[in-house]
Amino acid sequence: MKLTINGDTKELKDGISLPELLIIENVEQPDMVSVQINDEFIRQDEHTNVVLKDGDEINFLYFMGGGA
Amino acid sequence: MIKMPQSVYDEIVAHALKDTPIEACGYLAGINGEVKYAIPMKNTDASNEHFSFDPQEQFDAFKKTQKEGLRLISVYHSHPETPARPSEEDIRLAYDPNVSYVIVSLAGETPDMKSFIIKNKTVEKEEIEII
Repeated sequence: MKLTINGDTKELKDGISLPELLIIENVEQPDMVSVQINDEFIRQDEHTNVVLKDGDEINFLYFMGGGA
Repeated sequence: MIKMPQSVYDEIVAHALKDTPIEACGYLAGINGEVKYAIPMKNTDASNEHFSFDPQEQFDAFKKTQKEGLRLISVYHSHPETPARPSEEDIRLAYDPNVSYVIVSLAGETPDMKSFIIKNKTVEKEEIEII
């Protein structure tokens, strides 16, 4: 199936879950990214329930913060 | 190395001076290591020692730059009272390996801006070329 991930279209096997995708995308700490699928936020506690579908547009951004 | 127009440099410094003593923060949009413009972001911590981005605002910035064929290549924030070097918290929270981290310090007589690559908790200084 084709997915658009952070603007790049990629071909991935059918039926992969959101956590599997984040591993493929080398996200080492999935709890530190915000995810939108088709412009809808996915809550952290919902990640494991999400199975991706052909044509989904997935964007993920890392938590951004710091100190002084 | 990151290339930065003088106007963007001036804008970041102005943002830091305007928001002090609160830390100012934002993204830098660009491509191939060259900054095109700054995107000031709200510091949701509203603190002189911390900053955090709002996720919705992050996605808005991300989608805007995507449409323009640009990327979010750097994150900037100010240190109102400390030097332009990554703090322990800056290093610990530098999760995004795809951006550089620009810090502008207001601790001295004149603003001091430096850029860093932070990956796997390792800090490497990055030259800023003003263009």
